[in-house]
Amino acid sequence: MNATSVATAAYIVAALLFILSLAGLSKHETARRGVWFGITGMAIAIVATFALVVDLATGSDTHGGGGSLSVVLLLVAVVIGASIGLWRARIVEMTGMPELIALLHSFVGLAAVLVGWNGYLEYRGEPRAGDTLLHIHDAEVFIGIFIGAVTFTGSIIAFLKLSARIKSAPLMLPGKNLINVGALVVFAALTVAFVADPQLWELIAVTTVALALGLHLVASIGGGDMPVVVSMLNSYSGWAAAASGFLLDNDLLIVTGALVGSSGAYLSYIMCQAMNRSFISVIAGGFGIEATGGAEIEGEHREIDAEGVADLLTSASSVVITPGYGMAVAQAQYPVADLTRRLRERGVDVRFGIHPVAGRLPGHMNVLLAEAKVPYDIVLEMDEINDDLAATDVVLVIGANDTVNPAAAEDPSSPIAGMPVLRVWEAKNVVVFKRSMAAGYAGVQNPLFFRENTQMLFGDAKERVGDILAALARVPA
Amino acid sequence: MRIGVTRETRPGETRVAATPATVKQLIGLGYDVLVERGAGELSSFADQAYADAGATLGSTAEAWGAEVVFRVNAPSEGEIGQLRAGAVFVSLLAPALNEDLVDRLAAAGVTALAMDAVPRISRAQSLDVLSSMANIAGYRAVIEAAHEFGRFFTGQVTAAGKVPPAKVLVAGAGVAGLAAIGAASSLGAVVRATDPRPEVADQVKSLGGEYLEVVVDEVQEQSGTGYATATSEAYNARAAEIYSEQAADVDIIVTTALIPGRPAPRLVTAADVAAMKPGSVVVDMAAAQGGNVEGSVADQKIVTDNGVTIIGYTDLAGRLPTQASQLYGTNLVNLMKLLTPGKDGKVIIDLDDVVQRGITVARDGEKLWPPPPVQVSAAPSPSPVGERAPASLEPKKKMSPAVKLGLAAIGLVALFLVNATAPAPIPQHFTVLVLAIVVGYYVIGNVHHALHTPLMSVTNAISGIIVVGAFLQLAIDDTAIRVLAFVATLLASINVFGGFAVTRRMLGMFQKG
Repeated sequence: MNATSVATAAYIVAALLFILSLAGLSKHETARRGVWFGITGMAIAIVATFALVVDLATGSDTHGGGGSLSVVLLLVAVVIGASIGLWRARIVEMTGMPELIALLHSFVGLAAVLVGWNGYLEYRGEPRAGDTLLHIHDAEVFIGIFIGAVTFTGSIIAFLKLSARIKSAPLMLPGKNLINVGALVVFAALTVAFVADPQLWELIAVTTVALALGLHLVASIGGGDMPVVVSMLNSYSGWAAAASGFLLDNDLLIVTGALVGSSGAYLSYIMCQAMNRSFISVIAGGFGIEATGGAEIEGEHREIDAEGVADLLTSASSVVITPGYGMAVAQAQYPVADLTRRLRERGVDVRFGIHPVAGRLPGHMNVLLAEAKVPYDIVLEMDEINDDLAATDVVLVIGANDTVNPAAAEDPSSPIAGMPVLRVWEAKNVVVFKRSMAAGYAGVQNPLFFRENTQMLFGDAKERVGDILAALARVPA
Repeated sequence: MRIGVTRETRPGETRVAATPATVKQLIGLGYDVLVERGAGELSSFADQAYADAGATLGSTAEAWGAEVVFRVNAPSEGEIGQLRAGAVFVSLLAPALNEDLVDRLAAAGVTALAMDAVPRISRAQSLDVLSSMANIAGYRAVIEAAHEFGRFFTGQVTAAGKVPPAKVLVAGAGVAGLAAIGAASSLGAVVRATDPRPEVADQVKSLGGEYLEVVVDEVQEQSGTGYATATSEAYNARAAEIYSEQAADVDIIVTTALIPGRPAPRLVTAADVAAMKPGSVVVDMAAAQGGNVEGSVADQKIVTDNGVTIIGYTDLAGRLPTQASQLYGTNLVNLMKLLTPGKDGKVIIDLDDVVQRGITVARDGEKLWPPPPVQVSAAPSPSPVGERAPASLEPKKKMSPAVKLGLAAIGLVALFLVNATAPAPIPQHFTVLVLAIVVGYYVIGNVHHALHTPLMSVTNAISGIIVVGAFLQLAIDDTAIRVLAFVATLLASINVFGGFAVTRRMLGMFQKG
C-alpha cells in the first residue's frame, strides 16, 4: 500500500459519495444530506490527493520532485481560493445566484484549459515516434483545452449577460451556424496536425478558436433563454473535467466529470422540453431567435389600483401567484411572502405556480420564495397547477410575462408558439404587476394584458405589493 | 369640442348616455360637456350631480346643437333636423334593420357612429355596448324570473322542512346567458345551460352551471364571427329533445338565443311549455326578434293555461337604469378615448381602423354601412405572417424506432471498436466514462423542480474536482507548469468551497409549511 493506491481507493469512495450527493439533491427531504455527502466526498478526494502530492513532490520521479515548494504553493492556492469562494457564497444575493453560478462555471473551464496546457508542457520535446499513448495523450490535451475554453468564454458571456453588464439581446452574425461548424472543422484539423507533430502554435491556435467559439455560442443566445444556457454550461464544465481526467489518467475526474456532464445535459433537456425548444439547437447555440413573426396585438388594457386588488383578494377563496424574473428584480419576494401569510391567515387558499423557466436559472423562483420563507409545499410547478387555474378566483402575475402568454398556446405564428405556459387567463380574475406595457424577454407582445378578465397594476412590484398589504390592513378580516 | 348629452324621448326609456362619473372622464379627454336638463332623472342622476362633475346644463336645442351628440336610442326625424351639419352623432342605431335611418343621417351630413355595430374583437370589447347591455339583461332576466317564481332559488333545510333548490335552464351561453347563469347560481339554483358552441362549456362551468352538450355525429363549425351561427337539422332535432326533457324537469327557463340578422330560433315549443310545472317561469330574452319560446309576446307577461308565466320584456337592461347608464356611458368614454388620440378634445376618425370603420355608418354625407367583414374567432386563424414563420415551428420530425435503433447500434459498435483497439488504459477510462454518464442520467431523473438551482450549484461544486488534477501538476518541478497549476488550483478551489457553501445556504432556506 503506497500513496498512489491509497489515493485510488479514496477516489472510488469519493465517486460514490458524489453519486449519493446528486441523488440526495433530487428531494427536499434528503437535499441537505446530499450536500454533506458531496462535501465529504470532496474532502476525501482532496486529502487523498494532497497526500499523494506530498509523496510525489518529495520523491525522485521525473514527473515529480517539486519539493516542499509544491506543497506550500498548493496550500496557499487552496487557502486563497477557499476564502474567495466562501466569501462570495456568503454575500451573494439570492437574486444574483444565476450570475454567481455562471461565473463559477467559467472557473472550471479556465482550470481545465490550464490543466490541458500543463499536460502539453509536461511532455513537450519528448520524442513521439511510435508511442501511441503519447499520441493519444496529445489528442486528449487538445480536447480538454477545447471544451475548457468553450466553457470559459461561454460562462463569462453568460455571466455578463445575466448581470446586465452587456446587452442580453442575441448577437446575430451572418452565417452563425457556419461559424460554429467552421470552428469545429478547424479544431478537428488542428487536432490531426497536433497529434502528428505537436507544436506550440497549434496549441495557441486551438485555444483561441475555442475561446472565440464559446464567446459566439453564448453571445448569440438571447437573455430569455439563459436558464437553459446556464444548465448547458454546467454540463460543459463537467465534460471539461472528464476530458482532463483522460489527460491525467485519473478515473475520479472522469467519473465526476461524466456525472456532472450527463446530469447537466439531462437537466437542460428537461428545460428545453419545457420551452418547446430543440435540444440539438440549444447545444449548437443561438436557438429560438429566428422567430420574428407573431400576430400584432394591440388593444385596451384595464388598470386597477392596489385597493382594488386588495378587495379582489379578500373576496377570493383561492389565489394563485405566478412570479417571474420581475419579482426577483424588484426584490419583491419578501412582501409577496408577507401577503401570502396574511391571506392564508384569512383562510384564503394561496398557492404559487412556477414555470420551469421562470427567472434566469432553473428553480430560481423557488430559491427566492424559500429565502422569504414561503413554505415549499404551496409552491407548485406548472403541470401541478395548470388544471386548477380555471377554478381559481384571482391570479397574481408578478413580473412574469412570456411564461403566461396565451399566444404560446393560441397563436401558431408567435415566436414562442408551442411553449407550455401557465394558463392564467382561464382564472376568473388576473392581475398583472408590470412596470410598463413593454414586451417580455422574448420580445413578444402578450395578449393576456388585453383580456377581459385581466387588469394591470403598474409600477414597481415591491412597492405595489406593499400598497396592497397596506390596503389589506384596512379591511377587517 | 363640445359633447351634448341629450334626454331620451323614446317611451319607456330610462337610460342616459352619460353619468356624472363619465362626464368627468370626458372632460379629462379635453371635451366640454353639456347635459340636457333632466337627462339623468330616470337613472337617478340629478342635474346637480352633472354640474358638480363639471358639465354645463342646457336646453334640448343646445344639447342637439353640440359638435358631438351622445344618445342611447336612435333619433327621430325631427331630432335629426336639430343636428348641425358635420356633427358626430353616437347612439344605438341598429343599422342593419334601419337602412333608411342611416340614409337620412347621411343626407343630413352627420357623422353617425352606431354603438351596436362594434366588431367582436378583443380590443373593441371595452366599447361593446351589446355585451355590456346583454350582461345587465341576463342578470335582470333571472331577477324577473325570481320575482314571479313562488319559491326560493336556493335549497334550504329549515325547522319548517326541507326546500329543494330551483332548477334553471339557460338556453344560449353568450354574454346574456352567462350573466344569467352567474346570477342564478349565485342565488343558489341548480343551473344548466345549452349552446351550440361546445367551446363555451368551460365558461358555463366557471360560473357554476352545468353544460348540456348536444351530441350529434357531425363536426361543429368554428364560428367565424364570434356569434353563434345557425345549426343543422340533426342538431336541431337532438336539441329539441333536450329542451322537451328539460322543460318537464326545470322550474325556470331563460332563453337568450339570437342569430344576427335573422329571426330568433324557436327553441321551446308550446308543448314544452305545457309540460312545465304550474308556477314555472320562462323568460324569453329574444322576444323582440320573434322569440325563442312559442307563445311569448314582446314587452308582455303572459300566464298560460297551466300556470306557467312567460315573460317577454324587451327592456330588461333598462330596468336597471343606473347600472345600464353607467356601463353605456363608460362604453362611450372608451369610444372617445379611441377617437381622441391626442386627449385634446378633438375627434379624429380613422377609417383604416377596423373598429372605427365598423361603427361609422355615415360620414360627410356618405353612407358607409355595411362595413367590410371582420374575421373574428376565438379559434386560432391561419396567420398572414405564416410565410415568415421559422422552420422551428414546423412539427418536429420524430425519429422512427428503426432509425433510433440504428443510431444506438452504431454508437455501441463505435464504442466497442474504440475499446477493442485502443491501448490500455483508454478502454478502462471509457468504461468508467460510459457508466458514469448513465448513472448521472438516472440519478437526477426525478429531481424536484424546486431543487434545480441547488442541484446545479452542487454539481458545479463537484465539477471543481478538477482541483485534483491541478494538485498533481503542482508537484511537477517546472516553473511554467507550476504557475499554471497554481492558478488552476486557486480557481477550482473557489468553485469547490463557494459551490458547497452557497448550496448549503440555499437549502437552509427551504422549509415546509
